[in-house]
Amino acid sequence: MESNEDTQDHSSTPSSFSRRRFLASATTLGALAVETALGAETPHELGAPLRPYGERSPFEKAMRVRSDPTGPVQAGSVLTPLQDLYGIITPSSLHFERNHAGVPDIDPDKHELLIHGLVDRPLVLTLADLKRLSSVSRILFIECPGNGSRTDYRGKPGLTPQTSAGLLGCCEWSGVLLSTLLREVGVKPEGRWVVAEGADASRLARSIPLEKAMDDVIVAYGQNGEAVRPEQGYPLRLVVPGWEGNTNVKWLHRLQLTDQPAMGRVEASSYTVLLPSGKAWQFTFVMDAKSIVTRPAGGQQLSSPGPYEITGFAWSGRARVAAVEVSTDGGKRWQKAELQEPNQTYALVRFRLPWTWDGSEAVIGSRCIDETGYTQPEREEIIAARGTHAPFHYNGVKWWRLHTNGELTYA
Amino acid sequence: MHKRLILLVVLALTAIAVKGQSKHWQLGRAPSSDELRQRDITVLPNGAGLPDGRGTAVEGEVVYRNKCLSCHGTNQEGTWPLIGGVGTLGSANPVKTVGSYWAYSTSIWDYVRRGMPFDKPGTLSPDEVYQVTAFLLYRNGIIGQNEVMTRETLPKVRMPNRDGFIPDGRPDVGNKPRASRSQN
Repeated sequence: MESNEDTQDHSSTPSSFSRRRFLASATTLGALAVETALGAETPHELGAPLRPYGERSPFEKAMRVRSDPTGPVQAGSVLTPLQDLYGIITPSSLHFERNHAGVPDIDPDKHELLIHGLVDRPLVLTLADLKRLSSVSRILFIECPGNGSRTDYRGKPGLTPQTSAGLLGCCEWSGVLLSTLLREVGVKPEGRWVVAEGADASRLARSIPLEKAMDDVIVAYGQNGEAVRPEQGYPLRLVVPGWEGNTNVKWLHRLQLTDQPAMGRVEASSYTVLLPSGKAWQFTFVMDAKSIVTRPAGGQQLSSPGPYEITGFAWSGRARVAAVEVSTDGGKRWQKAELQEPNQTYALVRFRLPWTWDGSEAVIGSRCIDETGYTQPEREEIIAARGTHAPFHYNGVKWWRLHTNGELTYA
Repeated sequence: MHKRLILLVVLALTAIAVKGQSKHWQLGRAPSSDELRQRDITVLPNGAGLPDGRGTAVEGEVVYRNKCLSCHGTNQEGTWPLIGGVGTLGSANPVKTVGSYWAYSTSIWDYVRRGMPFDKPGTLSPDEVYQVTAFLLYRNGIIGQNEVMTRETLPKVRMPNRDGFIPDGRPDVGNKPRASRSQN
């Protein structure tokens, strides 16, 4: 905590205006703003001072919430508040977080990336080295394959978009293509996999096939125009377009070329899909087409009948989103929604459909169709095919029930 | 004619050599062999990467009691059960444990080394990791109580679910063309 002297001192001269004091006074003003905020009147006093790093309005309350409020706080996940987002970009501060051993505190000047194994020239690169190389920026979704597994898949539907599908985010990621690095070190002919390892306490590692590594994987240092956030992998992470979240290894510090997957726990057990036959799919990399209506949606309240916009997100790890269909009668009839441009492959797509609520009960949902022709299935189809012990890659249609009093719950 | 051909070949090879010299970045540095030994902790299913060390289940039980029991329970039945479940994977109530589900003994070694104990990951010595791994294999009825696990013997341990994994079978749903029921 700052001292009283610091937090109450708003009359400091510029020469005595320390950075600490600057930050402290900005925060205090933020808290005061809610109580003294203006309505429609014109202000007759000067507003808040300039500040070195922006904060949202204190009126805005969108927050990430924990998937498992009773679990440990240094492992687990927090969910993106999908219902509070506009457009397709997830603010870095609201992007879901998943980790297995807490967020490491990394000094970027000491962080290095080691590339070794079945390569001609093993190499250690600093962050400064990486930033000298040709860079790319791309808007990409990242989704955990366990998205919805605790709730909708298990027949305990999430009450809100956040609790149903909040292990999802979409940012502009900037960095160097992994293929650029692999060409420099020279992959030996027997090198078939890249084992990517993070610098977190449990050194999470994941094996990625060379074909994908040479295609479009990004070694990213930038997120939404600034450095990657600590909980997103600062200072360096993989971003693997369209593939399951856990392949997007955070706090990346080592890439090893091997002739086979390492079969660490993440790929040998955790993220496998056990089928009713007793056999399990392994290396289920691609995220299937999925969508969710985020407004009007569970946890919200419509004030009166009349015009509303039905809107939400659609995405697919296989191809570009071709169409999104929306139903307000539980799937009897479907209407094509408008897709917001730009509709980019492996990015979230914002869809919308103007709608007039007549005051009667409605069951609202959406389904995504991608350019491979794949259509997002209903939950029942997934359960019939995979049983009730295959919680990963659940992508069933999400239904919301609008009651006549305007309240929205899950259907 | 013959001399001219040789000259062309020499010129071409020289050009390739010159190009080869200049194509690398002059960025970064080569890792030392010490550094590689220290940082490369990858263990492959064939045992490549396993360090020297040894352990038996009898020794592993002591390590388990001191460093694992508080979460995993006296009988390895804790929040993340570590034993049992063999034969249940195709049933209505499959029990996935390292014994019933994991296909490679090296995966156990690797995960214990990286991720355990939960609050102090990466602090077990190689001997302790061999010992705990041996204990878990023994408690699952896969090896004997006094069998010594080393970099040579561990990869040879065959796990019950060794052939339990198959390639991704998707799209298994959602791939049937549907009649569009659009109302406009």
